[in-house]
Amino acid sequence: MSAPAGSPHPAASARIPPKFAGATASGAAAPSGPGPAPHHQNGPAHSQMHVPSGYGLHHPNYIVPSGHFPQGPGKMTSLPLESQHNDYYSGLYTVPTQNVVTPCTANQSGAQQMYGRGPPAPHVVGSTPGSFQGAASSASHLYTSASQPYSSFVNHYNSPAMYSVNSSVASQGFPSTCGHYAMSTISNAVYPSVSYPSLPAGDPYGQMFTSQNAPTVRPVKDNSFPGQNTVISYPSPLPPPLSQQQRQQQQQQQQQQQQQQQQSLSGYNTLSWSAPGLPSTPDSLIRNHTGSLAPTNNNPTNTVADSLSCAVMQNVQPRKSSPVVSTVLSGPSSTRMPSAAKHPTEPVVPVTQPSELLQQKGMQYGEYVNNQASSAPTPLSSTSDDEEEEEEDEEAGVDSSSTTSSASPMPNSYDALEGGSYPDVHSSSASSPAPDPAPEADPAPAPAPAPAPAAPQPSKMAKPFGYGYPILQPGYQNAAAPLNSGVHPSSQGYSGFQQYPQYPGVNQLSSGLGGLSLQSSPQPESLRPINLTQERNVLPVTPVWPPVPNLNLELKKLNCSPDSFRCTLTNIPQTQAILNKAKLPLGLLLHPFRDLTQLPVITSNTIVRCRSCRTYINPFVSFIDQRRWKCNLCYRVNDVPEEFMYNPLTRSYGEPHKRPEVQNSTVEFIASSDYMLRPPQPAVYLFVLDVSHNAVEAGYLTILCQSLLENLDKLPGDSRTRIGFMTFDSTIHFYNLQEGLSQPQMLIVSDIDDVFLPTPDSLLVNLYESKELIKDLLNALPNMFTNTRETHSALGPALQAAFKLMSPTGGRVSVFQTQLPSLGAGLLQSREDPNQRSSTKVVQHLGPATDFYKKLALDCSGQQTAVDLFLLSSQYSDLASLACMSKYSAGCIYYYPSFHHTHNPSQAEKLQKDLKRYLTRKIGFEAVMRIRCTKGLSMHTFHGNFFVRSTDLLSLANINPDAGFAVQLSIEESLTDTSLVCFQTALLYTSSKGERRIRVHTLCLPVVSSLADVYAGVDVQAAICLLANMAVDRSVSSSLSDARDALVNAVVDSLSAYGSTVSNLQHSALIAPGSLKLFPLYVLALLKQKAFRTGTSTRLDDRVYAMCQIKSQPLVHLMKMIHPNLYRIDRLTDEGAIHVNDRVVPQPPLQKLSAEKLTREGAFLMDCGSVFYIWIGKGCDNNFIEDVLGYPNFASIPQKMTHLPELDTLSSERTRSFITWLKDGRPLSAVLHVVKDESPAKTEFFQHLIEDRTEAAFSYYEFLLHVQQQICK
Amino acid sequence: MAFTFAAFCYMLSLVLCAALIFFAIWHIIAFDELRTDFKSPIDQCNPVHARERLRNIERICFLLRKVRGVPIKGRKEGKKEGRKEELVLPEYSIHSLFCIMFLCAQEWLTLGLNVPLLFYHFWRYFHCPADSSELAYDPPVVMNADTLSYCQKEAWCKLAFYLLSFFYYLYCMIYTLVSS
Repeated sequence: MSAPAGSPHPAASARIPPKFAGATASGAAAPSGPGPAPHHQNGPAHSQMHVPSGYGLHHPNYIVPSGHFPQGPGKMTSLPLESQHNDYYSGLYTVPTQNVVTPCTANQSGAQQMYGRGPPAPHVVGSTPGSFQGAASSASHLYTSASQPYSSFVNHYNSPAMYSVNSSVASQGFPSTCGHYAMSTISNAVYPSVSYPSLPAGDPYGQMFTSQNAPTVRPVKDNSFPGQNTVISYPSPLPPPLSQQQRQQQQQQQQQQQQQQQQSLSGYNTLSWSAPGLPSTPDSLIRNHTGSLAPTNNNPTNTVADSLSCAVMQNVQPRKSSPVVSTVLSGPSSTRMPSAAKHPTEPVVPVTQPSELLQQKGMQYGEYVNNQASSAPTPLSSTSDDEEEEEEDEEAGVDSSSTTSSASPMPNSYDALEGGSYPDVHSSSASSPAPDPAPEADPAPAPAPAPAPAAPQPSKMAKPFGYGYPILQPGYQNAAAPLNSGVHPSSQGYSGFQQYPQYPGVNQLSSGLGGLSLQSSPQPESLRPINLTQERNVLPVTPVWPPVPNLNLELKKLNCSPDSFRCTLTNIPQTQAILNKAKLPLGLLLHPFRDLTQLPVITSNTIVRCRSCRTYINPFVSFIDQRRWKCNLCYRVNDVPEEFMYNPLTRSYGEPHKRPEVQNSTVEFIASSDYMLRPPQPAVYLFVLDVSHNAVEAGYLTILCQSLLENLDKLPGDSRTRIGFMTFDSTIHFYNLQEGLSQPQMLIVSDIDDVFLPTPDSLLVNLYESKELIKDLLNALPNMFTNTRETHSALGPALQAAFKLMSPTGGRVSVFQTQLPSLGAGLLQSREDPNQRSSTKVVQHLGPATDFYKKLALDCSGQQTAVDLFLLSSQYSDLASLACMSKYSAGCIYYYPSFHHTHNPSQAEKLQKDLKRYLTRKIGFEAVMRIRCTKGLSMHTFHGNFFVRSTDLLSLANINPDAGFAVQLSIEESLTDTSLVCFQTALLYTSSKGERRIRVHTLCLPVVSSLADVYAGVDVQAAICLLANMAVDRSVSSSLSDARDALVNAVVDSLSAYGSTVSNLQHSALIAPGSLKLFPLYVLALLKQKAFRTGTSTRLDDRVYAMCQIKSQPLVHLMKMIHPNLYRIDRLTDEGAIHVNDRVVPQPPLQKLSAEKLTREGAFLMDCGSVFYIWIGKGCDNNFIEDVLGYPNFASIPQKMTHLPELDTLSSERTRSFITWLKDGRPLSAVLHVVKDESPAKTEFFQHLIEDRTEAAFSYYEFLLHVQQQICK
Repeated sequence: MAFTFAAFCYMLSLVLCAALIFFAIWHIIAFDELRTDFKSPIDQCNPVHARERLRNIERICFLLRKVRGVPIKGRKEGKKEGRKEELVLPEYSIHSLFCIMFLCAQEWLTLGLNVPLLFYHFWRYFHCPADSSELAYDPPVVMNADTLSYCQKEAWCKLAFYLLSFFYYLYCMIYTLVSS
């Protein structure tokens, strides 16, 4: 056990490095680091490893931060000195120039405490060298997170101590490395798996697995394993190589936890949502490993080897001869690694480490190890999945973990953590062994262990991956850097190394996060002043990832995934005054009902909540003692209920901190009957179809009925599911589908002034009892109205009838409309003046013409009915008015301009695909969402589709997985007495199975007192999305030009505020912090977006639809809409490719959106969210055209081409797999257009090149100059 | 001592001002009611409560509407509601009446004091943020904290203004009665 314990420790240390690594390493440690490391046991080894890695990383990072200093990563080659470290810190966190000045803020104290608990506090103090302390202090001032690093340091220094350190700590550290908060758990899992694989390369790994960990590994896909196994074949002489052991231990711990969780599952019902994610994650992990290995291998230089060896040694030493191990590892890795070399995916890496690659790599390696270790500890994530395959993996993991994790993390951690999360306490439990896992684990061979961890947390894995990207950037933070380095190399190596088909996790993540800003994430980078007018390539070549809040490792690990919950400022300013000075919007972006691959589901008689503010217990509460916990939002001290004392995961009593509620920031409760006053409603679907002449002409009925027939069995619901149909033209037709009828009965109501229901029952019928009738109707519908001459549309009365029909139960109404409603209540007139479409002045009629639809929506909302609108029209249909029916009833809006089933096949196909998604996606009924935040903050404006029922309560008749929300925040009271703020959203809904459920997300962010820190933590993408939402409101309430001015002012204000307060550089240049470098670009993109552009002909409905999308799309998808991604696809290679479901998906670099990037010899793919364009240059290689498009040459490509033929050529396969991969998982299916260079359609394409000048708008450079002028005024 | 037109204006204003005070108080109560919600999660989840709450918000907002809601054909409830709405328009018209009377009575100082509010009312009336038929009192929007707090502040400020002007009118009335 001791050994395992040791391993956990290392992990912890490893974690530390990431954040702190820079600092600590920079201290005296750097030089000594490698040497001492070996001495340390596994745990220490890790830490040491980290240190070195930290060093390496730091250097680059360091440099970066210095960013002020002009340079790129390359310069930094020189090793970091202690002094450098200091600078680094200061630069990064505090104001760039200054040193570590800020001692500890309140936050720090907390962090330190946390610290203390992790590693023995005493150790820290005594052991840490002076330099060290200095670093620590700096760290502390920097962020709470700093504290962690500190601890890590301690570990390094006190190797023994490290040993003792709990595995839990390690796990915490891991998260930090990940950087992602929410992701942490998942990522951890992922990581572990990854780490394993990498280790496996070393023989020891294989042995380890087989002997000990085998079970755990197994979860990972077979693919990965096999590869690893083969690798394993290398005789791992050192079974106990520390790294492996550690990893194993960690994994084991994780697994154990998972197992526990699983066990608990019996008690709890944990559900794993997305099956697909799992497999991929392991792969990603593997990649990481490989990548890390690869770099090491690649580096010929001794230094590298040394560093590696050291790291290894360290790890190993504790148990066995480290050196041997290291060598072994290197060997295998090298052997295997070659492939890694191939992967150039991450340009960043090379950049950062020109000369010093070797060292850095070594460092990375170490970090990598650490990461793994850290990953291992994270057990939490695993808990969730009962249902899916992961279970097995987890179980396997458990066994191993049990052995490994000896020491429980420390009680200290308890105290220390504000969160009160005892993340890794399991260790003890782990040791106990997870019963389940063992059996399964066995089946899964040794290699499996690593994968297993990964499997549980696919999503998280992906995040780590993302981190990897950041690594490349020199400026990256310490913590991040290690991860990155580790990840990157690994990823590259990995791919090359083993071909694991599945990489889904990473890819998905990247795709999902694609919109996010990676660049901003690196904190060193985030504060580096950038002269925007001189920086030609602002846009990174890899997707932008969200920045990671600067929390300590444990909190990072526990924090909510940025996919679900993001804040525009990851460092919350202490007072409104600071916020005002920063001139940045503060708000949250939510994607609460996102499809999750894994989610802990908790069944419990009592849901523990704060008695005064009703906050759900979460990982960030603090336990005062065993019996009481302190709410992190209102600070009230609550009792821990008796039931909560029993932990179903561990089946132990008296460990409330180990409960899944306290281990996961995203959980779902099955609500008891207390949460309902009427029985949960059944799933009820009503389709209201326009069958006027116009609609029949457009031909949507065929597509709809076909889709419905195909998906009738997949409609979410239980045996009570009900369905109904109505059609309308100038009259309203009901369909009696009562069971027992021989055929559907059509009932016509022609009194549209006073609509009534012809029969009270039998219009909404049970889906299963009347299935045959329904099918008959759907088969008959498309032809029933083919000869209609009725051109009028009585939408309003039809909606009233639908409302009456639905009010007893509530449910979902899907309205299909093809023209302006022209009869009865709610009739509309055409308001658009086509001559004004390209007006640069006033755009009118963005608001509704009548409040009929709004009132109707409110009535519907009151009856728990949501109205979804499908508008398929070729003419102006006043979407601004019609959209109200969905906006206020929490529905969604789909718009298909110029829809025609034959004339516009691409729209028809899009409708078909959208319908499939629409009909089969998850749905929640009669939902309410409450958002709570720490006392002192308050929410004001909300954005999205809902009805605001109270100041913090949103009423959502339906909730769907594609709905996003935004909230603006203000700081009402100073937050000086707290170091962390938390946000919690609780979504209470009725699932389609008739269960009342509560999904809770909790996000924790640090509070900072300096303006520089606020700038360092800006999440550009979140800020842009929030601004876009605010601009939509402004457009409607005031005017479009006001909104545009406000957008420009947002850039001007924030940059000038930065220039005058934080940056001390010359004022003549346009300086932006690294975190904001994309801000002007994105704002310019917004100004050129359909919703806000002027001067370009834009149909009013298109504009309004774009506004609706901005309001209701989640951030990831919105970012693609605002700033499309451009790739060059005529030279796709497998370099850096990722593997998803047995497919190889190439990862071409992002190009900036400028015509200068378009060469006539190339072919480019633009991903605009709901549209893809493939632009073919005139001089494009005929081979490409033939292989991919299936035409012999450029001239023969047709003008309208919306599909890529499935050709059996390599480039065709690559292209298609890339496009398919991009298309996966978006709410709106994307239409593909092939655009020839000379075709008229190219204007569509070119208007998305937002960096270029258009007749009516600035180019990017001109925009910068404009901003600069404004600032100078 | 003479019963001049100015004195008459002040007397009438005094009475009407009491009405305005009533309106302001009513606003305050209404917004307070909007702001207060039951914290009990059980109540919130209750669809009945949800409906009541919605009705309540709508009712209050309708009362605050600028123009009488156009009853929707076929919606009987709409017609019923039509009668009792409009608390805003009377308030604005009463206040405008003051100003006209003071203008006629050539009470420049009093007029000067009232003109800012008059312009504010005009602005509110013609500059409708949400939609053409409602002021800021739009059910979907009114619960946004900043809108709500704005409305509350507005109501409190008006109450203060009306109270002060009540005593000012009283003083002026006596003064004109006595002095002339």
